[in-house]
Amino acid sequence: MFEKLADLLVWQWLGLAPGTHLGEALHFFVQDTTKIFFLLVAVIYVMGLLRALLSPERVRDYVRGKPRWLARLSAVVLGAVTPFCSCSSVPLFIGFVEAGIPLGVTFSFLIASPMINEVAVVVLLGVLGWKLTVLYVLAGLTVAWFGGIVMQWFRPERWVEDYVWKIHMGETPQMQMDTSLAGRHRFALHEVREIVGRIWKWVLIGIAVGALFHGFVPQEWVVRNLGGEGHWWSVPLAVVIGVPLYSNATGVIPIAEAMLNKGVPIGTTLALMMSIAALSLPEMLILRKVIRWPALAIYASVLAVAFTLVGWGFNLLAH
Amino acid sequence: MKQIKVLGTGCANCKATQKLIEEVIAQKGIEASVEKVDDIGQIMSYGVMSTPGVVIDGQVVHAGGVPDRAQLEQWLA
Repeated sequence: MFEKLADLLVWQWLGLAPGTHLGEALHFFVQDTTKIFFLLVAVIYVMGLLRALLSPERVRDYVRGKPRWLARLSAVVLGAVTPFCSCSSVPLFIGFVEAGIPLGVTFSFLIASPMINEVAVVVLLGVLGWKLTVLYVLAGLTVAWFGGIVMQWFRPERWVEDYVWKIHMGETPQMQMDTSLAGRHRFALHEVREIVGRIWKWVLIGIAVGALFHGFVPQEWVVRNLGGEGHWWSVPLAVVIGVPLYSNATGVIPIAEAMLNKGVPIGTTLALMMSIAALSLPEMLILRKVIRWPALAIYASVLAVAFTLVGWGFNLLAH
Repeated sequence: MKQIKVLGTGCANCKATQKLIEEVIAQKGIEASVEKVDDIGQIMSYGVMSTPGVVIDGQVVHAGGVPDRAQLEQWLA
């Protein structure tokens, strides 16, 4: 459907020829914009109707007091299904600390959350197919699980700002919810406006970058420089490139699509995706309010190493 | 006179929430004071982890995201 629309618009109305740089780029842009925004609105609306969005307050209540492995499991899974704005990282971090949840578990949550969420999963399914979706989600969960464990080895407690330990949380308030169909509909519409309003920029930028890559970067160049054989350094390079870049997990998908189409190996692509989505300077600056630089430096290094390993692993498997 | 508090550490959504509340109050002619709470310790003393949160007369009515205008009017009515 979306491809037909792009065919009609770009080849017929604008009269551009398939195979030209501009034509291919525009075609990619039109197809992905319509498809991704359609999926975005649909998923967020349906999730809103189901009211499946968990609040961090409930996550905290659920995780507290569980044995370590169960706490970590629920932190990773809940991190993956809860879309939360990075401006909530600080209260979330403090809330977890205050509930006596181990820091390593908190880090597992903080890693999983930006990388995986239900919106990104549905868009991944629509754009890249189920195999890649499963790989991305599994890799993300694994990194979050072990990333948290490795963080714990460094005893990050000593770098937590003192005031964090002194905060006492009030009782979690019970908010009454309007569960009638009309109420759900209103909530769902509100969610669509809120979330799409927050991430549309990242998604459009992602599609534009993907379109340029798709239209203008020659395939031979990609195969020669980023292709599977020989270049062990292409994966760590992808991770390093991803660090200063920041985008929402959904915005990264069109870039990955364009890269895979041109023959960039899957591990390299996954490493870049994860690095862009989960490792970002703004997120670090926000976390700096609760934890000091040494811990943040370790956090960034642990993730960078993990993404590199994931990338190499998948590149090996794909051979 | 209602006492309204907006809990938030200064993110864009918190500012939008405060603006929305002030709009609704002015529009409906409701007597209320709006106060911004940006101290993280105080915010969390309300049990709120997801900002922005809205407190009306000591009761947390909303947390996590900009509230819906229609709902806000209901809470303030």
